[in-house]
Amino acid sequence: MTVSRRAVGLLWSSLLAATTASVGLGAAAHPAAQAAGAQRPPASPPPAPAAAPRALTPKAAAPIDLTGYWVSVVTEDWRWRMVTPARNDFASLPMTREAEAVGNAWDPAKDEAAGEQCKSYGAPAVMHVPGRLHITWQDESTLKVETDAGTQVRVFHFGAWAAPAGEPTWQGDSVAEWETPEPPANAPPPRPAGPAKFGNLKVVTTHLRPGYIRKNGAPYSANAVLTEYWDLNVEENGERWLVVTSIVHDPQYLRMDWITSPNFKAEPNGAKWDPSPCSSFW
Amino acid sequence: MKHSTLSTAALLFMTTLVAALVPTPAFAQLDLAGTWANRLHEDWTDRMPGPDVVDYLGLPLNDQGRARGLSYSAAQLSMPERQCMYYQPFYLNMGPQSFKMWSESEPVTGRLVAWKISGAVDRGGRTIWMDGRPHPSDNALHTFGGFSTGVWQGNTLTVRTTHMKAGYVRRNGVPSSPNTVLTEHFIRHGDVMTVISVVEDPAYLSEHYVLSRNWQLDAVTPVSPYPRQCDPEVEVPGIGSAGTVPHYLPGQNPFTTEVGDLYHLPLDAVLGGPETLYPEYRKKLKDSYSLPGTCSRYCCGWAGNNLPSGLKCTIWTM
Repeated sequence: MTVSRRAVGLLWSSLLAATTASVGLGAAAHPAAQAAGAQRPPASPPPAPAAAPRALTPKAAAPIDLTGYWVSVVTEDWRWRMVTPARNDFASLPMTREAEAVGNAWDPAKDEAAGEQCKSYGAPAVMHVPGRLHITWQDESTLKVETDAGTQVRVFHFGAWAAPAGEPTWQGDSVAEWETPEPPANAPPPRPAGPAKFGNLKVVTTHLRPGYIRKNGAPYSANAVLTEYWDLNVEENGERWLVVTSIVHDPQYLRMDWITSPNFKAEPNGAKWDPSPCSSFW
Repeated sequence: MKHSTLSTAALLFMTTLVAALVPTPAFAQLDLAGTWANRLHEDWTDRMPGPDVVDYLGLPLNDQGRARGLSYSAAQLSMPERQCMYYQPFYLNMGPQSFKMWSESEPVTGRLVAWKISGAVDRGGRTIWMDGRPHPSDNALHTFGGFSTGVWQGNTLTVRTTHMKAGYVRRNGVPSSPNTVLTEHFIRHGDVMTVISVVEDPAYLSEHYVLSRNWQLDAVTPVSPYPRQCDPEVEVPGIGSAGTVPHYLPGQNPFTTEVGDLYHLPLDAVLGGPETLYPEYRKKLKDSYSLPGTCSRYCCGWAGNNLPSGLKCTIWTM
């Protein structure tokens, strides 16, 4: 490759010009760089440093608005969710042999008599039960999810929340956090305050009372851990869809994590909210 | 040689400069590259052995879609021109396969040009253009793969696909029209990928058909980026007469009641429709439904019926 000295000189000249332009562009695009690039000392004493921005509460920092009413849209696993499936129909479930034995002994009448009719409405299962969700902020750092099917209440705690001691419950103890996209390494410093524009909710639930991940007795144990990612998408026709990716980790009864993602569509109000109690049979 | 060294340095400098001038995205976009192993933890029977001939449970079909579905005969697969109709982009969420995903970048600037998704069995590979190019004219050629463009919305890659040929939204002949628009959201949380597909087809669907499926990052599962694509063949020469499409006339599909009989479900549930997707429909079934006893097939997966009790749920249920 041969290039004349004159051509190289021209190239360097244009590179220099481009470099100057790029510095200018960068400074214009970056207020901090603009300030740093000022050559003259300030004519007056610098202003007192601004007070550090107050941290937003989880409610104020919410990158997505999950509040309101949502309805299950059962396009998946219809035969296992809309009706009680046949005894020992465990298709799609990566169960251990121990779990299969427990599932084969399913006795809904016995559950009902023992007051355990909510065994298929625990946190690992309740999002699959066709129904509606009503999501509200209980306070600045607690999100509440009510279900009309089985009249369950899930409570998501943000921040440094300590679970109270006590017996495990159907809905367990849930710790929540917002996950927001990280800025790239070479991005300008983030602006203070204001919620992130994008993100999702992550919820980890433990301390669960043993129950069923499927109505027909497929079990989860007291050591099950449920991790969920709540994602919101707005389609071109304006519909708002909530997809809850759920990962149940339970080495006692599951050979691998059970990963599902029930779908919900936003509703304008609670006109169709129709509470119904837990049932072992239906 | 000196000139050459100088010019090389200049070009390197220029490359760096151009890269620096490319606008910085607002967020560090997630890396979706890798091999993603399918987790068949929903609708295992639909995605592995395949649905029953007339099983439209969970589909928001309109009357036209239902009529077309009921006219379908699987013998159509004997026709070479129809053998590839199942393998459209939404087969990703209908089928059982794992996939590989990788990006392609412009070599000088490093700017992302496209995401690629491997083919699987007979579904061809996919290209998702990320460089802002427009979709083709409405009159442009339609293909089984269609034309896809993507944009990042935070950590979600949203893909819009148009220009697909007529095909199917379920593996039993439920139709999709060539005007179908597919929107997909690729969402990665750690080693889990959720792909949400939103199928919009006013010709055959009363409302959007939304499916979400899950995969896990897996360095072990072998997935070829370029598997063999659908290659039609005449498998049973001479079936029917030339120019005849195997079909059932209205009211003559012999499989219409099969699923309802097996699972104790009413025919209007089996034939789908938007009203069957909502909790109100479940309450409507409550008083008429009777438990179908013990599961008799596919109870635990592919090999469930052929293995001794006690083993049947521990194999092939992924």
